[in-house]
Amino acid sequence: MKVELRDSAFDPLAELGFYRTDSSVPQGQYGATAIFIGTMRDYNEDQSVSRMTLEHYPGMTERHLRRIVETAGQEWPLLDALVIHRIGELQPNDPIVLVAVWSAHRAAAFAACRFIIEELKAKAPFWKREATVAGPRWVAHNTPG
Amino acid sequence: MTICIKYFASLRDRIGRAEDRLDTPGELTVAAVWAALWPETPLPPNTLAAVNMEYASLEQIVCDGDEVAFFPPVTGG
Repeated sequence: MKVELRDSAFDPLAELGFYRTDSSVPQGQYGATAIFIGTMRDYNEDQSVSRMTLEHYPGMTERHLRRIVETAGQEWPLLDALVIHRIGELQPNDPIVLVAVWSAHRAAAFAACRFIIEELKAKAPFWKREATVAGPRWVAHNTPG
Repeated sequence: MTICIKYFASLRDRIGRAEDRLDTPGELTVAAVWAALWPETPLPPNTLAAVNMEYASLEQIVCDGDEVAFFPPVTGG
């Protein structure tokens, strides 16, 4: 299990490749890999967005991300999980978050992946600040789904 | 006792600083920490609080050396 904050752009599919082969994912054991990739859009609430800054609460963010992944591991029979989340300056099309879950079967993988991203959005202390033509603005709340 | 306070995101921008220190003789709730620092400014609606990096209610008691944080709803992911 790994949780990481990144302060520069990353390639989620390349990260998956590194992690699957170099890490604790038990080879030959997993039948299902569920992944979620969140990507920065160039618009939000009817306004074009040219840049975004992701602020976080150092320490609390990592603690809550780890706890969310551990909770998923208690709820479903997971073999491994990986979460990478951006902080700092982002451009449109930049990946924001990768959630990957490995399990023997798809039901647990899908459910745990969904749980992790929904809990992350609800509890992990990150805040988005968008640059728009009308000036900078803080995103007030996440979309429901 | 001494309490360290942190503010994040739009709340920090609104009040103009990221941190405070509060020296106080006795026990305080999270709400009382805010009121002691910002007597003229009610806590903005929807503000979340944490004590020592765990979400906390406004009624939670704060102890010497604790870190209290105030911030708007989170928007990660």
